Amino acid sequence: MPLVRTNRLHKHFGKNHVLKGINLEVEEGEVVAIVGRSGSGKSTLLRALNGLETIDDGTIEVDGTALVAEQGDLRALRQKVGMVFQQFNLFPHLSAGQNVMLAPQIVKDTSKEEAEVIARSTLARVGLEHKFDAFPDQLSGGQQQRVAIARALAMSPKVLLCDEITSALDPELVNEVLMVVRQLASEGMTLIMVTHEMRFAREVGNKLVFMYEGRIHESGDPQTMFANPATPEFANFISSLD
Amino acid sequence: MTYQFDFSFIYEYRAMLAHGIAYTVYLTLVGGTVGTLIGTVGAICRTWDIKPFAGLYQCYVELFRNTPFLVQLFLIFFGLPSLGIRMSEGQAAILAIILNVGAYSTEIIRAGLQATPKGQIEAAQSLAFTRWQIFFYVMLRPALRKVWPALSSQIVISMLGSAVCSQISAEELTFVANFIQSRNFRAFETYFLTTAIYFAMAFLIRQSLNLIGRYAIVRRPLP
Amino acid sequence: MMTFTLWDIVRNLLLGGALTLLLSMVAFVLGGLAALALLFARIAKHRPPRGLAQIYIEIFQGTPLLLQLFTLFFGLSLLGLDVPAWLAAGVGLMLFSSAYLAEIWRGCVESVPRGQWEAGASLALTYREQMRHVILPQAMRMAIAPTVGFAVQVVKGTAVTSIIGFAELTKTGSMIANATYQPFLVYGLVAIGYFLLCYPLSWYAQRLERRLYATRTN
Repeated sequence: MPLVRTNRLHKHFGKNHVLKGINLEVEEGEVVAIVGRSGSGKSTLLRALNGLETIDDGTIEVDGTALVAEQGDLRALRQKVGMVFQQFNLFPHLSAGQNVMLAPQIVKDTSKEEAEVIARSTLARVGLEHKFDAFPDQLSGGQQQRVAIARALAMSPKVLLCDEITSALDPELVNEVLMVVRQLASEGMTLIMVTHEMRFAREVGNKLVFMYEGRIHESGDPQTMFANPATPEFANFISSLD
Repeated sequence: MTYQFDFSFIYEYRAMLAHGIAYTVYLTLVGGTVGTLIGTVGAICRTWDIKPFAGLYQCYVELFRNTPFLVQLFLIFFGLPSLGIRMSEGQAAILAIILNVGAYSTEIIRAGLQATPKGQIEAAQSLAFTRWQIFFYVMLRPALRKVWPALSSQIVISMLGSAVCSQISAEELTFVANFIQSRNFRAFETYFLTTAIYFAMAFLIRQSLNLIGRYAIVRRPLP
Repeated sequence: MMTFTLWDIVRNLLLGGALTLLLSMVAFVLGGLAALALLFARIAKHRPPRGLAQIYIEIFQGTPLLLQLFTLFFGLSLLGLDVPAWLAAGVGLMLFSSAYLAEIWRGCVESVPRGQWEAGASLALTYREQMRHVILPQAMRMAIAPTVGFAVQVVKGTAVTSIIGFAELTKTGSMIANATYQPFLVYGLVAIGYFLLCYPLSWYAQRLERRLYATRTN
């Protein structure tokens, strides 16, 4: 049984039909890269998986927790699905360590001591154990994004969603974040990411999803897809990248 | 005994009420317009540090923003005659409002001017704009656009504050209300109705300023 | 005829000034507490409390303080309550302050970026938890400067209560001016009194704002 499954997902923004029946299956340990032009619905799909966008029709199922249009236990779903944002969205009034400790303490009733242990070890996973007491505005963009990854990991999610997590970074900072993601992938973390880093998607991803006008237009093994695009739209998309 | 509300005085005193409303609108319009002009000049002096006006403006702004309007009014109307400067109730009221709006709008517009991104000015310089053209097109117009909501709020606040001009017998709306309730002994109804009139006026003035802002300052075509 | 020395004038004004200060503090503190309740109603998830709070705020921000005081004063006496001037002044100014403070604070809550709510939500925090742990701490920091700035408006607002007969600084000034026939001197001193109360607050508010702005652009 797949870890994440969406069934005929629909979403409208007013008259704009942005998701037109998305069926997506992600197996445990799989690394899925979602690509497509802006406006193709890829970010909306990712945000829907975490309940940040309500869905108009269809179902989302993560590890047995189901979300039917506008119903279901969002809190349970979100404990299984972590999210990392393009703009980091760290809490500026809290230190790096406190950013990571907050959710375990509040949502999971973890004791402060225990939360600190978790925070130190997750910060170590992203290579920032020495920045425990630093505040977000004292960190570089790349470091902030790594803290954001640690913050999501501290809830031990089943799957981690990454929404263009390197797009707001200066070019020289992109790599340190991708390294962390690569590390997570090799440890068997299930990842679904919207990305513009095609090379990364090809190297690290097990599965590539090309979205076009609110639909999954083409998906499959990244190597094969890049070598032999099945649709003219995807061929067009990759040729426009170079 | 139960109290019977009686609002019939509205009809009886309609001409007076209309006069009071017109007077309050006059205070607001003239005070708002002239005050904003004074504020624009002040903001320019303060931004470019034009001596000695920048310093004078700063004193003026701080003095007027940190004392109550009512006291300014008393000082102008009751105090200035002992220095030989005499004016009518209406003149004192309009002068006080102008000076008040002037002080607040200086600071509001100055904040807008200071928020001009440096790149905008550099872009204009690279296009060989003169200093004055840069000021007008790149700084002042966008600044006014940005601070228009704050300026509008300030003008509405001044309109509401003008109610205390009744204390020097300037014949604005509250003065009329005081007069009416001294005749009909229906203080509550009179003041309640007057409050409602002010509320409606505040709403209308705000809407008009929004419209002016939209079509005159931002320059979007009328629909 | 009685003669007033300058010290007589100043001494009486100081008494009035003390009442102005007292009234300002009472109105500001009680108004702040009421504003907190209003704020939570104004940003509630459900429509009815939001709408009621909005109506309250719009009424008090859309009408003159003087007329609010008159209506309250005469309305309460219609109900058979004989309200002393100090009580009407205190209650009126408190209601007035609460509306403005609630609106200032709402602005601060709403200026916290959307991404902060979303980050909280993505970590499975409930609306309440997001508000308490993520949004309010940030909003409070932003609210300090405008709140101190509004204190100036409260101090200045107390002058209006002189009109319903509360013997604070302005009222005391009027009485002395009438008795001494020295309006310029007396009202000048009154103005200086207010300036001494308000300017430090204005100055402090500006400094706070600059400091906040400086840390945010870093």
